[in-house]
Amino acid sequence: MSTTLTPILTKFWDDPQSWSLQTYEQNEGYQALRKALAMAPADLVQMTKDSGLRGRGGAGFPTGMKWGFLPPPDGGPRYLVVNADESEPGTCKDIPLMMAVPQFLIEGVAITSFAIGCNHAFIYLRGEVVHVYRRLLRAVEEAYAAGYLGKDILGSGFDLEVTVHAGAGAYICGEETALLDSLEGRRGQPRLKPPFPAVAGLYARPTVVNNVESIASVPPILLHGADWFSGMGTEKSTGFGIFSLSGHIKRPGQYEAPLGITLRELLDMAGGMRDPNKKLKFWTPGGSSTPIFTDEHLDVPLDFESVAAAGSMLGTRALQVFDETTCVVRAVERWTDFYAHESCGKCTPCREGTYWLKQILDRLEKGEGEEEDLEKLLDICDNILGRAFCALGDGATSPITSSIQYFREEYIAHLAGGGCPFDRDASSLFAKDNVPA
Amino acid sequence: MVHIGEQTESGHLHVAPESKEPYAADVLERLRAEAAVVMARYPQPRSALLPLLHLVQSEDGYVTGRGIELCAELLDLTRAEVSGVATFYTQYKRHPNGEYTVGVCTNTLCAIMGGDQIWERVSEHLGVGHDETTPDGKVTLERIECNAACDYAPVVMANWEFFDNQTPESTTQLVDDLRAGKAVRPTRGADRVCTFKEVSRVLAGFPDGRADEGPGAGPASLAGLEVAHEHGWTAPGGDGAADDQGDHQPEATSDTLAPGRHSSSNDEANAPDEVPGDAAAPGPAKGAGE
Ligand SMILES: Cc1cc2nc3c(=O)[nH]c(=O)nc-3n(C[C@H](O)[C@H](O)[C@H](O)COP(=O)(O)O)c2cc1C
Ligand code: SF4
Repeated sequence: MSTTLTPILTKFWDDPQSWSLQTYEQNEGYQALRKALAMAPADLVQMTKDSGLRGRGGAGFPTGMKWGFLPPPDGGPRYLVVNADESEPGTCKDIPLMMAVPQFLIEGVAITSFAIGCNHAFIYLRGEVVHVYRRLLRAVEEAYAAGYLGKDILGSGFDLEVTVHAGAGAYICGEETALLDSLEGRRGQPRLKPPFPAVAGLYARPTVVNNVESIASVPPILLHGADWFSGMGTEKSTGFGIFSLSGHIKRPGQYEAPLGITLRELLDMAGGMRDPNKKLKFWTPGGSSTPIFTDEHLDVPLDFESVAAAGSMLGTRALQVFDETTCVVRAVERWTDFYAHESCGKCTPCREGTYWLKQILDRLEKGEGEEEDLEKLLDICDNILGRAFCALGDGATSPITSSIQYFREEYIAHLAGGGCPFDRDASSLFAKDNVPA
Repeated sequence: MVHIGEQTESGHLHVAPESKEPYAADVLERLRAEAAVVMARYPQPRSALLPLLHLVQSEDGYVTGRGIELCAELLDLTRAEVSGVATFYTQYKRHPNGEYTVGVCTNTLCAIMGGDQIWERVSEHLGVGHDETTPDGKVTLERIECNAACDYAPVVMANWEFFDNQTPESTTQLVDDLRAGKAVRPTRGADRVCTFKEVSRVLAGFPDGRADEGPGAGPASLAGLEVAHEHGWTAPGGDGAADDQGDHQPEATSDTLAPGRHSSSNDEANAPDEVPGDAAAPGPAKGAGE
């Protein structure tokens, strides 16, 4: 096996008090902040650029470059907003990270804020995870008490206030501009870009929005060096990331590895498919908004460039793996329900398009559709992709177009057979004949 | 099932007259004091609206007419503006919620792993459908979307605490226990599931002192770490020892354990789009995220 796991952010998740400040300090915690406060902010931005760190929230934008886009200080406030809305189907890395080691994020927030000249940072957490909210509130409280947040941090003269904010249930609030509207107390609907948040973000002030894992990666990079980080991963997709395996595999869970690892390697580590006699059928490389892959793609290096070259997106490294017991039409229909439910309604292609897609898929899954329905689906997708106001609409088309590309016959089989040919109990976790004794 | 409160087909909220009954003077005074604490967390008071609506639910069990009025007054908004926000988010309830919200994830991954069967069994067992409450006012049942715990599928949430790797049997047991008033412990969360009102109070930003309860990570969260332990894998130069000054060169722990460095193509299709100054039109290659 050529690639090995690299536990960094996950390294002490098994500590019985992993979330406490004390545990964090025993694991190099806040050493990076001390180092940062003795540096020039511009050097911190440069270090982040040098490391090659790219956003871990899906789009993969270079983090240091994003920080560098802020206009020069004008005396007014600048903000850091951490995107902790994690809701993309299949994505489940930020939530366990904040549950287990919230201090990684808090230290990252402190360093990043210092680097970009921010004195009030926000963490926007989705509201449906109350225990994670408790852990974050507690982590902030402990950090204030220890002098890592608040006034004159560690005697440096730098002040930072951190507010942890709970959302109230809406996937679209993960889109960075919708998140800002939501954080301003409005309906969470995307804003027109430009202006970009770097120029006019929260309260129309310069703002950096970054994903939880992006920010949590900053302390280790600072402590061990940009070269240490870029020594892992690939040339253009440097460093490590958390890969989230779920579905029909022996040991689903979080696997922290260099970017560029393959699903074949990860599956090996995770004990293979749940039932070795059932073949892998399809999987998502980065959540439901990224076009599906099949068993042909097991050796695609999971880095931004290689996944794109193979026709999908690395997204959030949310590897949802389905074996041959799974009906792809059922899977896609359910994802489509999700997009229709979560469409914010701001633009017509997505609001109307997802509504129609949902109905067509519903009848196809029941075997009540017609063959022309497939063309109709593709036509509607074509009218959404690239024409929607934000990437939610684009994402809604990914599972549909990719599944028709790889599994057109399965759609047809539903029509020919007058219904779904699959036994849905066979794919469940508790299917008696499916779980090896 | 009981349907309290009215909602039109288009989702408009008709606030029941009784929900406009003014708060008792002492309650109002306390709510105002708490709202002031919430508002002080933000540079601009309107940012407090989401937590304030959680606060209203902690008092009333749903978003009442009087709660909307209070938020509007405190934030200098119209009631319509507040209602517009309240109806956008799924956690805000438009009619009295049960003491416990039980949400079964029926998004694709969980549905296929058995969430659909769980949903059907529990819905039949309780005799209520989506967003409906049992006659005893104990349990409101919901179909929920992905809750970021796919490695524990199928997942059920009770008042937004995790119940991992559920079955139809375990979930019917869960709702029976909740209805019987038994203390119920989530898989990863506080020692017991708190009530809807208690949890709403936490979501408004008032800690309940339970942060140290429960585990740091469940078994699936630790799966990769365990594999690394079994093989003795560590990150380069990352083994404990505070690695001094940081400008240290990459150093694999050993030759055979070098972290992967796959060559990758130069395909630009996945290049990030979010460049200031870019055209506004989102393109197909736009990186979809979470
Ligand atoms: C519909 C939609 C949902 C998104 N959800 C999230 C999310 O939950 N968390 C996240 O970090 N990014 C999410 N993103 C991506 C953000 O818009 C943004 O790119 C990201 O937070 C930037 O952080 P990064 O550069 O550190 O990755 C979402 C994007 C879209 C279009
Ligand atoms: S694409 Fe969908 S979610 Fe995005 S703005 Fe349009 S309607 Fe809203």
